[in-house]
Formats: sequence, structure tokens, C-alpha cells
Amino acid sequence: MDLLRFSTAGSVDDGKSTLIGRLLYDSKGIFEDQLAAIEQTSRRRGYNQVDLALLTDGLRAEREQGITIDVAYRYFATPRRKFIIADTPGHIQYTRNMVTGASTSDLAIILIDARNGVLEQSRRHAFIASLLGIPHLVVAVNKMDLVGYDEAVFERIQDEFSAWAEKLAVHDIQFIPISALHGDNVVQRSISMPWYQGPSLLYHLEHVYIGGDRNLIDARFPVQWVIRPQSDAHHDFRGYAGQVAAGVFKTGDDIVALPSGKRSRISRISTLDGPVDAAAPPMSVTIELEDDIDIGRGDMLCRPHNQPTVAQELGAMVCWMNDQPMKPGARYWLKHTTKTVKAIVEDLRYRIDVNTLHRQEGVSELALNEIGRVRIRVSSPLMLDEYRDSRTTGGFILIDEATSDTVAAGMIFQPGPEQQIDPDGAAL
Amino acid sequence: MLDATQVTASSLRRRLSHLDALEAESVFIMREVAAEFERPVLLFSGGKDSIVMLRIAEKAFRPARFPFPLMHVDTGHNFPEVLDYRDRRVAELGERLIVASVQESIDKGRVREEPGNPSRNRLQTTTLLDAIQENGFDAVFGGARRDEEKARAKERVFSLRDEFGQWEPRAQRPELWSLYNGRIRRGQHMRVFPISNWTEMDVWQYIERERIEVPSIYYAHEREVFRRGGMWLATNPFLERAENEEAKQMVVRYRTVGDMTCTGAVASPAANVADIIAEVAAARITERGATRADDAFSETSMEDRKREGYF
Repeated sequence: MDLLRFSTAGSVDDGKSTLIGRLLYDSKGIFEDQLAAIEQTSRRRGYNQVDLALLTDGLRAEREQGITIDVAYRYFATPRRKFIIADTPGHIQYTRNMVTGASTSDLAIILIDARNGVLEQSRRHAFIASLLGIPHLVVAVNKMDLVGYDEAVFERIQDEFSAWAEKLAVHDIQFIPISALHGDNVVQRSISMPWYQGPSLLYHLEHVYIGGDRNLIDARFPVQWVIRPQSDAHHDFRGYAGQVAAGVFKTGDDIVALPSGKRSRISRISTLDGPVDAAAPPMSVTIELEDDIDIGRGDMLCRPHNQPTVAQELGAMVCWMNDQPMKPGARYWLKHTTKTVKAIVEDLRYRIDVNTLHRQEGVSELALNEIGRVRIRVSSPLMLDEYRDSRTTGGFILIDEATSDTVAAGMIFQPGPEQQIDPDGAAL
Repeated sequence: MLDATQVTASSLRRRLSHLDALEAESVFIMREVAAEFERPVLLFSGGKDSIVMLRIAEKAFRPARFPFPLMHVDTGHNFPEVLDYRDRRVAELGERLIVASVQESIDKGRVREEPGNPSRNRLQTTTLLDAIQENGFDAVFGGARRDEEKARAKERVFSLRDEFGQWEPRAQRPELWSLYNGRIRRGQHMRVFPISNWTEMDVWQYIERERIEVPSIYYAHEREVFRRGGMWLATNPFLERAENEEAKQMVVRYRTVGDMTCTGAVASPAANVADIIAEVAAARITERGATRADDAFSETSMEDRKREGYF
């Protein structure tokens, strides 16, 4: 059984909570005492129906105000797969929560109300999914029962969304007409929509192929921790512990340690359960080398013929996540893989209108929930890849020096210094 | 054209299960904490979740010793079987255990038992915060999981606590990718939950796969119990039975391991891990709902206790 992480985004009215509630209930992800508790609360508030949103609204403030303000993680499993849902609010003021939920997802579900068609919000969700490099999108056209299960409505929405989505970097989009309330095409194929020949939502979630999403080409191993037992039994043991970020490492491989450039060869890849021949993402392993070279946390092991850009400069899209706006010239901590360095934002090139994808140039700051293109310089060399090639070595966060808050999520578009012809924009 | 890399890669892809993915993530989290904090500590109660954390720590740091001690907050109301297990497991691992005692906190006058309430669950918070301060711990590993409870579903893996040990759910740091922000100011500390994304089922499947011993009270055994608040509580020296609370012998097991005064047993014939997995798969009530008197108490009781610094 493998693991699929997916995100949902939506607001109160589009049926997201009903959909999640149905997936959880039909797959036994909701227990009777949880259901009893929300039934009781729903009755006390005088609702006619059980409000399944109460399941995901975990904090007092959320239940009091009847809104979702934070990312909630939910879990369910079918005999084929285990699922982790990052359930996020859909309103523009929670863009940062959507970005957070999307950062670890393999797939995103975009909910569209069949009566309303493709709204600004649907486009924003799809853009964020694309920006965060989610390889698979599901556009669930919900409330089909309220449009008479009309195929023409579904097709109109599908055509409109597809035309717009050509601008995005998502290549796998599955459209599914559903009614979360009545269960049409959620778990079982709908008998009300015989014209739809595709999979039900759950069937799609269970079968979508994610094995090819991992980057198995560009070998990258950020060193987290050096294991040196200093005991008699393991006197000479020196292992570099970490999680494979991309690519495959095998015993006997030649490697280069960056940024030093020193070379060696893998003598053993060890785990508690004994040595393994090879390691790929997301395995956490310990790599031993033939030579005793100076390597520590923040260094990266790679293959000599396939190296990331080692640089102190980068171009990136950032999503701003703090009440204090970002202004060009400001200094932050930047955490990239296992390395934290000082950073200065040199330039804010433009801001993206997340609803229209228009670039707004000449802006002086980036406020909470805004997304913009920046250039950043850092205090010591980082091993950088483009985010679209490797989420782990292409992503970073910015941390406020004074408050230690995480203030931004960054996706590298240009590792290293600016070139004459800027290749950005292709994916947007 | 297939070269050796592709062959290896495709075989790896097949072999990695959801447990492998969860384990790899948890190992990564533990190593991040070891690297970014000065004085971490791992809370070990002898319960199944903290037992899994110990195995994860072995995976993360062997053949070296753990770069942190273990700590048990001992309420004085523990099941003796669990204390035996705790000491045996710590000795096997050769690691250091600190015991922070709620009884000592009571004797020193740091906390007072509420008249009429035999549970020391709430009192643990003071003992825990005192121990964190006395030892100068800046990161505390806990075995909490997000599927346990709705407030926990919203908690970060790295969860910041202020100078008073309090959790502020509305001011949580965004947590992106696997880039955990471990920066704290003096007086603050971090609670870290390496198995946040595991479910009760994952924990049992992992215990089965790794062939890990667990305390005997997780398996069916005969015990004298009585009914209170919809739960079967063990007769024990810390609880006085009312006249209408009649004791009887039953075959029971525990789904969670906590204080004897507030942890309920479930009637069960499950004699081994495979039986337990079958039982969990068929269960229709959450483990906390079935067995914890302290959580049933209000819609937000977990959130309230967490705000105060509860683990």
C-alpha cells in the first residue's frame, strides 16, 4: 500500500466539507463518537442537517465563527492506498494556508460549483497548485444534482477551465462531475450521469499514478547529521545521515560533496535493518564514504556529472505569509534543505495577481498572502535547483530575524545570477 | 534503453510502502531536531506511540547513542506492567531515562490535587514544565498524532511554546515542505511530534512489522473492573468505588495507556498484534473516545489543556 497526499481548497458554500465528510465516512475515516459529537453540536445550533464541517474545524475560534482558518490534516485509507488530506480554506485571505497545504501534496482537488461555473477562486486554487508544483489536478464539478445532471453544463465548465489552464504547469487534469451531497461519482459511479464514462473520485484517487512524480535523475542528498558513535565497537564509523531529496544513490557510486567539491565513493548505505544497495526519495539513510573528507550538516552529496548550481544568488517566486510586509532591502534567515543562511531581498520585480495571473510591476512591497518575483542574495553558497525539477532542493523558507516567524515560502525559478534572457514565465 | 539506475529505481518504487514513507519522514524530523536544538528530550511513557518513537530514534541515530535523554512524567498512578516495560526497554536500549514525578510536585507544593478528582492528568502539565525548565530542554519530542483529536489535527510538527509553556493555536508558524523552522527565543521551547501523520492503524502495523514488544496490558487479560462514565475502569488503590459501582472480572485490554484513574479498558479477546489490527480495522469509536475520561469532558478540552502546556 502506498501513500497519496492531496489538498483541497474551498470555502463554506462549495460543498468541500460535505465531500471530505463523505470520503471519510464511506472509507471509515470518521468514527461514531466523532459523528455523535458533531450531531449534538449541529442540533444545539438548530441546523437541519449534520454539519460535516465541524469535523474539520478543530479550533475553538473556528467553531465559534463557523469558518476554517487553518490547515487541518485528515487521514483515511482504503485497501489500495493510505491518504493524507491537507484541508485548507479557500478564501483569498487564506492564500498562505493553501500554499502550506499544497507544498506537500501530490494532487489537488479543485471544487467548482456547477451552478456558478469557473470562478476567480477556482482559478486561484489551480494557480497555487501549479506554482507549488502539484503534478495532478482533479477538477470536481460539484452540485450536479442542482443543474439536473446536465452534461452540457459539465462540458462548458471543462472547456472553459481547460482553455485557461493551458497557462499552468500542470499536465494531468481530471474532470469529474459529482454531487457530494448525494454521493454521485464520489465513491460509486453515478447512475444519474450515464454520459460520464470516467472514474469516480475515490477510484481516481486510488489509481492515479504517482510513482513517476519523484525525480529519480538528479541525485541530491542534503546532509542532516553526522553519525560518529565514538564507541569501541564502532570506532571508525562515520556516516552522513539524511533523506534522499532526489535521484538514486548506489553503493560504489562516485560522489562529490558540495560546496567543497571534494570527491569520494559510496562504500555503504546503511540503515538500522542493515545495508541497502540503493536509496531513492523519500528514504532516510546513512551514507558512508571510502575517504575521510570534511563533510557536515548543510553540505550536499551529488554525482560529479550532475551537479546543482552552487551560488549565492537566486531568483524566486515567494508567497508572503506575515502581517509585516516584505520590502526590498530587508534581511532574513533563509532555510534551504538543511542549511540556514542570511539573506537579503535585493529586488521585487513584480507581483502576481493570483486571480488574473497579471504581473504588476513597480510595486514597493509584498503584503500578507501576496505572491511576487524576487531576487535574493545569501551569505554563503547554496546548492540550488529549479523548483519544477526538484521541490526539495528548489524550495526555501524565509525566517524573520527578530521574531523567528516563518514569513515566506519560496520557489526557485532561477538558480544563480541573473542571465541576459530570463527564462521565467514559461510556467506561468 | 534500461540502465542499472532505472532498474534499481523501479524496484525501489515498488518496495516503498506507506509505512516506509511515514518512517522516513519521522526519522528526518528527529534528525532535524538533533541538529538544530541544544538540548532535546524525548517523552517516553511506555505507551505504543512513544514506543514507536523509540524505534524511530534507533533508525535515526544508530549505531551511535541517542543525542538526547528520555523522560517519563510519572503521575504515580501508572499501571505497574507499564513501568516494568519502561525500565526494561530503557535498559535494553542503553539510553538515559529521567523520571519527573507528579508526586514530588505535590509534595513540594507546586500543585494541589483537586478534591474529589482522582485524576492527575492535568497536574502533569506543571511537572512537565518544571522538568523542562530545570533541565534546560529546548525541544521536547512527543508521540501525539493528528488523527487522535481535532485540536491536534491543526497542530504543527514543530509546535512553539511560549515562556509559560502555552500553545497559541492562532499564531502558529506556517510549515512548508519539510523545512521545519527550529528558531526559538530564550525561554521558549519547541514541542516536536515526529509521528504527527501516523494513524492508530499505522502504529499497530508498524509494531507488527518491526516486531516490537509492547506492555502486556495492550493484550487481552483478565482484570477486575467497574463501570464509570461509560467506561470500564480497573479497580485500583487510587479510585474509590461508589456503592452502585460493582466490580466484576472481565477479559479486557487497553487501547491507550495513561493514568489508571482515567484510562478505560475495552472488552476484547485480542491476544496478539494481528488480533489488535483486526480490531482497530473494525472499530467504530476513536481510541480517545473509547478510553479517556479526560477528553470526553468538553468539546475543546484538549485545546484548552494544550494551551496551558499539556503535552
